[in-house]
Amino acid sequence: MIDHDDYDDDFLRGILGRVRTIAMVGASQDWNRPSFFAMKYLQDKGFRVIPVNPKAAGKEILGERAYAKLADIPEPVDMVDIFRNATAAGPVTDEAIAIGAKVVWMQLSVRNDEAAKRAEAAGLTVVMNRCPKIEYGRLHGELSWSGINSGIITSKRRKVRVA
Amino acid sequence: MTNKREKFGFETRSVHAGTPPEPITGARNMPIFQTTAYVFEDVDQAASLFNLQTFGYIYSRLTNPTVAALEERVASLEGGRGTVAVASGHAAQLILFHTIMEPGDHFVASNNLYGGSITQFTHAFAKFDWRSTLVDPRDPENIRKALRPESKAVFIENPANPAGIVVDISAIADIAHDVGLPLIVDSTLATPYLCRPFEWGADLVVHSMTKFLGGHGTSMGGAVVESGKFDWSANPKFKAMVEPDPAYHGIRFHETFGDFGFTMKARAVGLRDLGPTLSPMNAFLILTGIETLPLRMQRHVENAQKVATFLDAHDAVNWVSYPGLKASPYYDLAQKYMPLGAGSVFTFGVKGGYEAGIKVVEACNLFSHLANVGDTRSLILHPASTTHRQLEEDQRIAAGAGPDVVRLSIGIETPEDLIADLEQALEAAR
Repeated sequence: MIDHDDYDDDFLRGILGRVRTIAMVGASQDWNRPSFFAMKYLQDKGFRVIPVNPKAAGKEILGERAYAKLADIPEPVDMVDIFRNATAAGPVTDEAIAIGAKVVWMQLSVRNDEAAKRAEAAGLTVVMNRCPKIEYGRLHGELSWSGINSGIITSKRRKVRVA
Repeated sequence: MTNKREKFGFETRSVHAGTPPEPITGARNMPIFQTTAYVFEDVDQAASLFNLQTFGYIYSRLTNPTVAALEERVASLEGGRGTVAVASGHAAQLILFHTIMEPGDHFVASNNLYGGSITQFTHAFAKFDWRSTLVDPRDPENIRKALRPESKAVFIENPANPAGIVVDISAIADIAHDVGLPLIVDSTLATPYLCRPFEWGADLVVHSMTKFLGGHGTSMGGAVVESGKFDWSANPKFKAMVEPDPAYHGIRFHETFGDFGFTMKARAVGLRDLGPTLSPMNAFLILTGIETLPLRMQRHVENAQKVATFLDAHDAVNWVSYPGLKASPYYDLAQKYMPLGAGSVFTFGVKGGYEAGIKVVEACNLFSHLANVGDTRSLILHPASTTHRQLEEDQRIAAGAGPDVVRLSIGIETPEDLIADLEQALEAAR
């Protein structure tokens, strides 16, 4: 059983290490919205991020074509990142199950335990009330650059990406 | 969001938090990154950094690797989410209030505060039209009575400098939370080793790291620590944390950064625009100091208990205000909030008043006569003629700095030597 109040670092590290393609539901075209921040950051870290937003359908966000709904995406999706409120997260989770995503990730402040149970029963992994950008940054030492408590103590030398 | 369980103990985190090996060189100790700026990868990455869309260093007024290591360590020890380190404790209070206050806003503060805080609140802050009411926190209901519709925060110091008064933190936190306000605690004299205010309901903690955290009297520094638990969006008074910020391209700090939104705003707006940056050298010295914080604090409180007990029994001493003494009215609160020791800064009253107080201070040979606390060395001061000199007489007495008051900051020397020095000074002052 996953404790949705207290995720283990290795659990989150495992998810972020496995997934490559992320569908971001609620991705915004506005540069100063949190979803835009997260999309840009995750792209920079090598993830493919496909925006889902009915208002932006057919347009491009950060070089990626946006779709109106998850079912419209013509390729496999590993993870669905939900930038919608907790109520909306319910049907989006069901769509994520329907398209065969492996992970449902609800953003910071978004939590829907009923939807999480349905996804877990269907064999998906669920994270709630977290931001993948913040967790990626935290687990890779970058969040610490802003004076944030990463909770990570180690005497191991972090591998640095060589350009 | 930090995980609820801290995997490592306080002593381990004092040594390790914030300082994994430096990844490029493998340097095991935190290097002093003595640089003003950082090369961008390209224009796009530079834009992302300025937009706060990615993590990274831009300019040392805002962030610096050595300073960031210190910030994370202090956040970890307090059990908080994030920290902004600044040039001094005063700067910490300025940055904190700048982040939450608008002109005309008000806060309620304890009147048992470090004298410099009282002056800052009542005079310097008044120039920004930030108003405050200072009340006696020994009855927490005084704080409730002083709240106004425009109040934005409650501020206390625990234990309060100079008299070592221990404040009922959780009772005051309840009063602040009843009206949707954050409780701010100046925890300088406790340090996170003796008291962690977040465990008692506080929302923000400020430190003068110049004192016990640095611990060796070498470096000025201040810190604002955020618990990550205060819901800024729940109270419409904090719309500056919640709505698009005109000072930062319309970013909504609470929504974008969640439980460290305050820390990001205090840095990206407060530190950017006011500028009291901590130097990397000072950050390094304070980081090194914190490694021995648990060991030093054990010795500080052990020595303080011995010196206070000695003074309490001395016939030239009228009274001793140390909450570690059973007769102290704050003994029970100290046992609750600071079970490992009641700090090492306290006051006593000399028979003979103002003149005798000055004589004791000047007769010491081992205690240093200076205006600081929290050094490895023992320190002595006569507040009425120094730190609290700018206050009115009634403010001095309310702040525990009356004419006969002598303040001690007990160091980590041999306790018998400290007692012998005070004994000869008390004799000389008769």
